[in-house]
Amino acid sequence: MSQDIDPLDLEWRNRAVLAQEAGVPPGVHSLWIINKSGGLVYHKTYADIPHIDVNETMRLASMWHAIHAMSIQISPVEGCTGIELLETDQFDLRCTQTPTGTKFFVTAAPKTLGLEHLLRSVYDLYSDYVMKNPFYEMEMPIRCELFDTNVLSAVRNHNAQLGNY
Amino acid sequence: MQRKGPQISSVDRPLPKGKSEVSLSAFAFLFSEIVQYHRTRASSIAELERRLEDAGTGVGVRMLEILSYREKGNRREIRLQGILQFINTNIWRCLFGKVADSLEVYNDDEYVISDRSPLVNRFISVPKDLGDLNCAAFVAGIIKGVLDIAGFPAEVSAYYAPVEGQIHPRTNFFMKFSPEVLDREARLGT
Repeated sequence: MSQDIDPLDLEWRNRAVLAQEAGVPPGVHSLWIINKSGGLVYHKTYADIPHIDVNETMRLASMWHAIHAMSIQISPVEGCTGIELLETDQFDLRCTQTPTGTKFFVTAAPKTLGLEHLLRSVYDLYSDYVMKNPFYEMEMPIRCELFDTNVLSAVRNHNAQLGNY
Repeated sequence: MQRKGPQISSVDRPLPKGKSEVSLSAFAFLFSEIVQYHRTRASSIAELERRLEDAGTGVGVRMLEILSYREKGNRREIRLQGILQFINTNIWRCLFGKVADSLEVYNDDEYVISDRSPLVNRFISVPKDLGDLNCAAFVAGIIKGVLDIAGFPAEVSAYYAPVEGQIHPRTNFFMKFSPEVLDREARLGT
């Protein structure tokens, strides 16, 4: 859990600093939402990162869906809920799955704090502005103006808070 | 089950105060289903709005009755200004927990109640292909129900009104009263 990380820890600083020096934009990069059958229903980028083509995003989403399911199967212990955090030198990917099988994940600069809280608030916004919208069809791509604006401000809030660390 | 104390018939019992709050989520899901239900049965946006309005009318009829008992000492308003104030404050506070943002006169027979963000629209994003559909037509129906049953027949409609310097438009409820209402007002004098 990234919360347990001491921001003064050497390894933590090294990875965060190295990535920043390599030109990785700070804060949250992108948000993805995958429905329970592995289809991509929402994808937005919030930082200056290379553009991914629409078909490619859908392919990546269903691949993540499969990798997530595999991680549950190959886990050596019972009750594994799948990959929660993927760390690389250039970015962190944090994923959460709801009880109904919808997956939310964000990509962010390495060692970005509090991503699980951001995912939690995105889930809250999803249940408000997507599920309670009579014009949203289940399992279909999300096109809800209020959801877009609220998620954007949640991400901005999160990035602003990161400045405090 | 044995009931304690003397039996009181339900007409002698005082009217319960009523719970002041219900779950917003529960209401939002219910309202979402109401909209979806009518959407599958309506052939046009205008018809969908009319259906939502009809659904709200029944609420208005009941609201007038119960709030007249609870808050007005079993009396109802008989003057135009009175009933408009009653909708603007009592009805709005009971249904949405706040007073409507403004009540304005457009013409002698035209009045507008305005709300910056109607509770029913809080979680609703109307897709572009549905144009100007405003689900607050349901609230327009409630207003119509109150006015009709109180003896002020009127046409009520809900529409978006853009506000300068704000992304989200406010919703206006436009009321046009029948001529007989104004005749009676004139007769009653000031």
